[in-house]
Amino acid sequence: MSKRTLRRRTFLKGAAAGAAAGAFAGGFAAGFPWAPAIAEQAPIKVGLLTVLTGPLAQGGLQMKQGLSLFFEEKNYKIAGRKVDLIIGDTGGNPAGTKAKAQELIERDKIDVMCGPLAAFEMLAISDYVIEHKMPTLALAGAENVTQRKPNPYFLRVSATSSQAMHPMADYARKEMGLKKVITISEDFAFGYEQIGGFQQVFEDEGGRVLKKLWTPIVTPDYTPFLAQIEGAGLDGVVQGFAGSNPIRFMQQYANYGLKKKYPVVGGETAGDDALLKSFGDDAIGLVSACPYSYAYPSESNKRFVAGMVKMTGYLPGFYAAALYMDGMVIEDALKKTGGKTDNPDEFMKALRAVSVKESPRGPFHFDHFGNVVGNIFIRKVEKKDGKLANPILKTYHNVSQFWTYPEAKFLAQPVYSRDWPPLKS
Amino acid sequence: MNLWLILAINSITLGGLLFLLSAGFSLIFGLMRIPNLTHGSFFMLGAYLGVSFLHANFGFWLSAILGALSMAAIGGVIERLLLRRLAGQELAQVLVTLGLSFMIADFCLMVWGGDPIPIETPDNLAGSVPILSVVFPSYRLAVVAIAVVIAALLWLMIDRTRLGAMIRAGVDDPQMARMVGIRVSRLFSVIFCLGAGLAGFAGFMGGPILSVYPGLDGDMLPLALIVVILGGTGSLLGALVGSFVVGFLYNFGQAVFPELAYVILFLPMLIVLVIRPQGLFGRIAS
Repeated sequence: MSKRTLRRRTFLKGAAAGAAAGAFAGGFAAGFPWAPAIAEQAPIKVGLLTVLTGPLAQGGLQMKQGLSLFFEEKNYKIAGRKVDLIIGDTGGNPAGTKAKAQELIERDKIDVMCGPLAAFEMLAISDYVIEHKMPTLALAGAENVTQRKPNPYFLRVSATSSQAMHPMADYARKEMGLKKVITISEDFAFGYEQIGGFQQVFEDEGGRVLKKLWTPIVTPDYTPFLAQIEGAGLDGVVQGFAGSNPIRFMQQYANYGLKKKYPVVGGETAGDDALLKSFGDDAIGLVSACPYSYAYPSESNKRFVAGMVKMTGYLPGFYAAALYMDGMVIEDALKKTGGKTDNPDEFMKALRAVSVKESPRGPFHFDHFGNVVGNIFIRKVEKKDGKLANPILKTYHNVSQFWTYPEAKFLAQPVYSRDWPPLKS
Repeated sequence: MNLWLILAINSITLGGLLFLLSAGFSLIFGLMRIPNLTHGSFFMLGAYLGVSFLHANFGFWLSAILGALSMAAIGGVIERLLLRRLAGQELAQVLVTLGLSFMIADFCLMVWGGDPIPIETPDNLAGSVPILSVVFPSYRLAVVAIAVVIAALLWLMIDRTRLGAMIRAGVDDPQMARMVGIRVSRLFSVIFCLGAGLAGFAGFMGGPILSVYPGLDGDMLPLALIVVILGGTGSLLGALVGSFVVGFLYNFGQAVFPELAYVILFLPMLIVLVIRPQGLFGRIAS
């Protein structure tokens, strides 16, 4: 060790001491009597579990856009606290979801988590979230998380899988006069729950489901299934496709001349507004039910849509809207707790107590399972001024996850599955 | 009755598309002994490139050809710069092609985004044709016609030209072919470019049916693998027969046993592998 090193070390030590003293003095001067206020100014860490790579990336990106837009409008400050938005890319698979959730919760120490996107992702982290008491505002529609196996740290601003299909069935039966339908959807929980919900209400109102077709999630060519769409008295087709599958399905449906024969009725993902830019004319006439519509005339929605169009150049869909509203709910809850998030149970209580009057989907609140109760819109794809539009035909108000069924009766029946409700053959 | 008719016709049309995809794969595997796992990505990238040409107003058919030529060029670069350095190291070649497929997939996601891009059917083929008692989209029938034409052209090349003779020699016995003075390395480049170009062409042609989306490569590659293993590597007839067999299995299997969709597809391939490893018409064991 040369003299120079020693001197440098001494200098560094001295500088460090000086800096510390200065900081201490500065802190002393700036905040000592107001120390509690400094603690409260710590930013609120909002984690977002979404999918930015892989086949589900399209939806995941919209989630990120919706939530970012909300915070940008608020200049990343809500209820007096700065917002630190930390985004985790799950890759669209359960293992990745678990890994990212662990990073966000244990390493980044987030206060609240938005996402994940898919039901199978949510199921992978449900127990973990409970164990770590992490308030989670998920998009995933897996029904039992707010029904028969409720998760106390769960909040859902979007909808259960069947929540929009119940009023869709009512509309199809009463207003469209459909009597006999064939259903087709992907062969997984989201498909089963949507179709199950439709079937229950449709048949309770006197309709009948003739056939239930299930396609693999990845089906480049729907021909083998489209060829089975025929039957005595058939007057409609019900589809619950998600992601980008509705685009391909509607195109192939029209190619086989089925569009002229049977109207198509769909769920929240089948006619999502974000697909309007990708749909061809084959989608014209598609009637679908969704908890969100870009056409809903609230001030909040006009602002949201304008912001999204400015950010992306396209109309927003359900995913972006749900995450934007997640932001609204977090802000409202934070105001209720006076900006505090140190007690997760208190924060959770505040989150579930949120009741919003003015939002992009209209008024909404949560039931005691943490699932949203709000508007469901029935829309129809049309062509207006040379572009595709999806105007609202009818609004169902205050729709809960149980539709008009008494909660106890609904919970006593099995969760919607491939074989439940059974076909009445 | 209608169901079986539609399924039968669609089996043929799907077979046609699969042939375009698999012919290149079969030749590459047959001649270069490389299971080219980038083949699905060539299909997808060719489709995306074709889309860009289409949006630049080049017209449907010109875009298809330009997409194919671009893929041929890219294939050539990959073969020269990467695969040639790994000559003889089959495991390394497999890993490189697999790695490339991931890179291409991410590249496509970055450039063209995550939304699926539908390709509009060209106007003169946009309608449907009544066949017996059913209505069938004209475009799909056109795809079969094109596949048959290309199959014929490929057969002519392989059976009647000197290049084809060299390719056949290289497939049968590359060492002997070299000894006789055939520039096998140059053949490799030609075949790889041809295979990539065909795959790219197939990708764009499949666009009006399947649309172009992230994950298209992973959806098509297993089908190409099944076709080639079933039909036999290095054999054009094998690729043709294999494509139609897979087309039939896919359509009828999905309609009759939808829960067992993948079993229906892979089971015959497994059976063929066990009984006759070189495939129905193949010359070398896979």
